[in-house]
Amino acid sequence: MNKTVEERERVVVRFAGDSGDGMQLAGGRFTDATAVLGNDLATLPDFPAEIRAPAGTIPGVSAFQIHFASRDILTPGDAPNVLVAMNPAALKANLPALPRGATIIVNEDAFTRRNLEKAGYPVSPLEDDTLAEFTVHRVPMTTLTARASEGLEGVGTRDAGRAKNLFALGLLSWLYDRPTDVTERWIEGKFASKPAAKAANLAAFRAGWSFGETTELLDVQYKILPATDVEPGTYRQVNGTTATALGLLAGSVRSGLPLLLASYPITPASELLHELSKHERLGVRTVQAEDEIAAAGVALGAAFGGHLGITSTSGPGMDLKAETIGLALMLELPMVIVDVQRAGPSTGLPTKTEQSDLLMAMYGRHGDAPLPIVAAQTPGDCFRSAFEAVQIAIERRTPVILLTDGFLANSSEPWRIPELSELPEIDPAFAKEIGAEERFLPYARDERGVRPWAPPGTPGLEHRIGGIEKQDGTGNISYDPANHQTMTRLRAEKVAKIADELPPLAVDDPDGDADVLVIGWGSTYGSIRAGVRRVRDRGLRVAQAHVRHISPLPSNIGEVLRAYDKVLVPEMNTGQLVKLLRAEFLVDCTPYNKVTGQPLYAAELEEAIVELIEAPTEVTA
Amino acid sequence: MSATLPLSNGNGADHRLTKADFQSDQETRWCPGCGDYAILNAVQTLMPDLGVPTEKTVFVTGIGCAGRFAYYMDTYGMHSIHGRAATIATGLATTREDLSIWVVSGDGDALSIGGNHLIHALRRNVPVKILLFNNQIYGLTKGQASPTSERGKITKSTPFGSLDKPFNPIALALGAEATFVARTLDRDRRHMTEVLRQAAEHRGASLVEIYQNCPVFNDGAFFNLTEKDTKVAAQIRLEHGQPIVFGPEEARRGVARAQDGGLELVDAVGNEQRLLVHDQHRDDPSLAFALARLADRPTEPTPIGIFRQVQRPVHGAAASENPGRAAGDLTALDGLLHAGDTWTVA
Repeated sequence: MNKTVEERERVVVRFAGDSGDGMQLAGGRFTDATAVLGNDLATLPDFPAEIRAPAGTIPGVSAFQIHFASRDILTPGDAPNVLVAMNPAALKANLPALPRGATIIVNEDAFTRRNLEKAGYPVSPLEDDTLAEFTVHRVPMTTLTARASEGLEGVGTRDAGRAKNLFALGLLSWLYDRPTDVTERWIEGKFASKPAAKAANLAAFRAGWSFGETTELLDVQYKILPATDVEPGTYRQVNGTTATALGLLAGSVRSGLPLLLASYPITPASELLHELSKHERLGVRTVQAEDEIAAAGVALGAAFGGHLGITSTSGPGMDLKAETIGLALMLELPMVIVDVQRAGPSTGLPTKTEQSDLLMAMYGRHGDAPLPIVAAQTPGDCFRSAFEAVQIAIERRTPVILLTDGFLANSSEPWRIPELSELPEIDPAFAKEIGAEERFLPYARDERGVRPWAPPGTPGLEHRIGGIEKQDGTGNISYDPANHQTMTRLRAEKVAKIADELPPLAVDDPDGDADVLVIGWGSTYGSIRAGVRRVRDRGLRVAQAHVRHISPLPSNIGEVLRAYDKVLVPEMNTGQLVKLLRAEFLVDCTPYNKVTGQPLYAAELEEAIVELIEAPTEVTA
Repeated sequence: MSATLPLSNGNGADHRLTKADFQSDQETRWCPGCGDYAILNAVQTLMPDLGVPTEKTVFVTGIGCAGRFAYYMDTYGMHSIHGRAATIATGLATTREDLSIWVVSGDGDALSIGGNHLIHALRRNVPVKILLFNNQIYGLTKGQASPTSERGKITKSTPFGSLDKPFNPIALALGAEATFVARTLDRDRRHMTEVLRQAAEHRGASLVEIYQNCPVFNDGAFFNLTEKDTKVAAQIRLEHGQPIVFGPEEARRGVARAQDGGLELVDAVGNEQRLLVHDQHRDDPSLAFALARLADRPTEPTPIGIFRQVQRPVHGAAASENPGRAAGDLTALDGLLHAGDTWTVA
């Protein structure tokens, strides 16, 4: 039949099903095809903490959202335009997020009495008016998938049953005119050694596509043209985990220091361990340590040996690493600590995102223990942030905390691959051998306050370092009161001086006459930009800035804050950056906080910004 | 004895390493009479014999009196934090197989706060030499019970006597799959030196428990084994290939299998056929384990020497060609950055 083809500027699709249904896989493949097509995109996986919560229940629902468009987009989208629900629980869990008029595609076969009961539906929502406000397409995906693989050699009902996610993917791929070759190539590679699974998945994918093309249920196919307002270059799709790994690797290659990652399995940081473990050929060594503390120690031991020592974790692991980070700071050795933040405290919500480790990164060690902190802003930006963390650590001989979060780690977006020339060389500047008459001073400092780094193996530079306070210059143990004061100051100054060479905080204030500044940090970048864009679309003025370097803060940030009447600080915590800004600069700031485990939405930020713009300015006495 | 051997000192001139090359300029600050002095002296004396230059030798220590050891060696060194020396040494050993790495620790550091790291370093067979100074007390924190303090021990933290069963460090190490396990005494310079030499030559993790006297908080804990009047009857010296016998000539005793399969002490004379012959290379650790548990406390006849020394793949021994030895090159990096599907925007 002839179908109408309509163009859309942007679409948000959410795949939802049981955690065993392969929704993350379907979403991931859809994302790849979308990336190759040249749409701009952003994704948000949302999965339960249990590997397999009871099948068919609401706690077991796993979802993957993708926002794609022909223009530059900033977030995975607030509300989906299309929901694919593989069972009643997936429908029920995601219905509250759907705006009126959205499209729902359900796997009709899964709406059995038992599944309805498990989801808590006394009556099938397909049969009453629960879905009256939506456009619903009922597709018997299980049946059609099984039929597609009938007669295929070696394909059992089990293979066929597991391929229905590929049917859904095929159907959505048709609906939004995604290229099929990317997905088919992936299936062929993924199941190369399992011919039956390969045949079943390919059949299901093609059946889904053909169903879309032929069914009378769907009469419109949508096209989303490639995005045109993007910077020229070669692109690929990355999630924050991959980008972090690549950034750390680039830091290793550009410094010439082999990378050692020591880590202990923890959600969501484990993925970084998995990713880096693949790259032995680039000199990477990974150690799965016996615990979080050991992971930090192993990384520090590698740093002592003159390698690039890195440890990665999420919130609870940061608690455990604190003492070792303090030692690294005292030893003034380079080390990178990657904290993929998740909702806390304690075990909290392991698979949900939050940015509530900022103050711990700043102050979570005993003693006066300042260190540099870099916060990544988008999945692709994890590359730059990771590279920069490595650069600062090596050049300044200090542990650096890189803050990402669960949202960044799992979300993906198109990423412009940097030219090698964009990656500066990092000079480890190891201490050189000295003459027999000279004395090596491990705690002498250069003009940046940086001490020499002399890994074992260099004759004549034998020296001892340790956690006990050291005498300025010699590094010998010193209990001298004045020396401790001096060393505490020197350590703080060393970190503070980094700001001299950091770019100033950039402010986006198109007309330069806004009264309200929105300032954020980390993964809220996209949401804040989208919220600001909405406000400006309403004809209102608002300025926006995003802090990448939490410590030391950019040197001009105080000036920036004081230049605006009102400052809004949105964060996915109960107010952490806002405390820092107030404390450091005595500027009042209005917090906007959310800790639901979900990213901030553009719509809520739009509202918060407008509210602040319209609020009467308080007159201070 | 200060043996020497020719080595480059980095200035092109031949230089015979001596004990003095391993002595740092830092003043030693243990209590007078501390067993640590004897150990330091033995280690500094042994070092030139090992043929490893000072710049390739590293001492990593934890917290406690033993932690200060690193400062007194004129090698590379790190005085780290409580219990974590094994982790730092693991990171160093993983990245720098060219180094000779020593961990110096105490019973609190290695067996209490750092217990987890110790057992994992041993099971991984990380190529480090771990010296466990066991004085059965917390010294630096001024006299609390340690995980090797005996039951009933009265200390500041256990005024009514310690209730807890102590660890047997040798048995613990064997249980952790250690490939080199030995015990020696601070007051037996020759035995200690020989055990340390063999530990240094072992490929993999070696654990040497050194019974070390704390004259301030636990004086005399091992005197039964170290003092002239008692030591002959108390030391059971394990020597590879030799029957396990001990005691004065006139009252020689030995170790034999008991009827129930356990070990028992018997008169050597008349039981020659039953005496066990020590085999430190036995793959099965059960006999070493039984020997480790022969004495409950050092007040009883106690085995010293090498309980076990076997070969097993070393942690970090390359599973693939070149992990961790050199950073990747730009071409490889560029290839990786462009991996997967890419597209170009003009």
